[in-house]
Amino acid sequence: MSSNVGIVIVSHSPKVAEGAADMVRQMVGAEVPVAWTGGNPDGGLGTSVPAIIEAIDKAWSESGVAILVDLGGAETNSEMAVEMLDAERQSKVVICNAPIVEGAVIAAAEAASGATLDLVKKTAEELSPQ
Amino acid sequence: MSDITGTALLTHSAGLHARPTLKLTMLAKTFAAKIEVAAKPEGPWIDAKSVVRVMAMKVPKGVTLNIRANGDKAEEAVAAIIALVNRDFDEGAEGEKAAHG
Repeated sequence: MSSNVGIVIVSHSPKVAEGAADMVRQMVGAEVPVAWTGGNPDGGLGTSVPAIIEAIDKAWSESGVAILVDLGGAETNSEMAVEMLDAERQSKVVICNAPIVEGAVIAAAEAASGATLDLVKKTAEELSPQ
Repeated sequence: MSDITGTALLTHSAGLHARPTLKLTMLAKTFAAKIEVAAKPEGPWIDAKSVVRVMAMKVPKGVTLNIRANGDKAEEAVAAIIALVNRDFDEGAEGEKAAHG
């Protein structure tokens, strides 16, 4: 339905991930597909590759998907999830080097204007110290 | 083409913080024209379409925001941004209660 770039939020904590997604929806709006995932299947802190793939599917847009991650495993598991997508979709998914909460909101604000995936990533990464 | 300029007094309790900035930049992005804002009439002029840069201005309440635009529908763009600021970013008293950011 939407051709705006989608946003996926991957945190070790489901509360952080869900909270960041809430901020995106309330501050930016519903015109950007947003999905979040966090926690391991036992209810502890962690991230899971299948759950990340599911989130990518949920936020999928033909314009691509930008992933925001927190620490360590969130990034490596996201990379693994991207590698497991078929080649055509892989090229439309990027992981942003940006703080997870601020990055998600700012990436979504950029995406809401119909920006390309490259621009969405670049804007989120403006937040990171160069 | 010459610049279209305008000003608007920031009355939002939190100044140009997260939510007002997002609304301003998202509105600016709906226009093709180059739009810039400044806290002082002499600048520095900041790209009104960049959330990160506008937020970094940290404009507090009570400042008169300077707006300038150049290009397609520049006049409409400046008017729309002034209107948004004058509407207190559509947040009003209710928004202020929750406006910590």
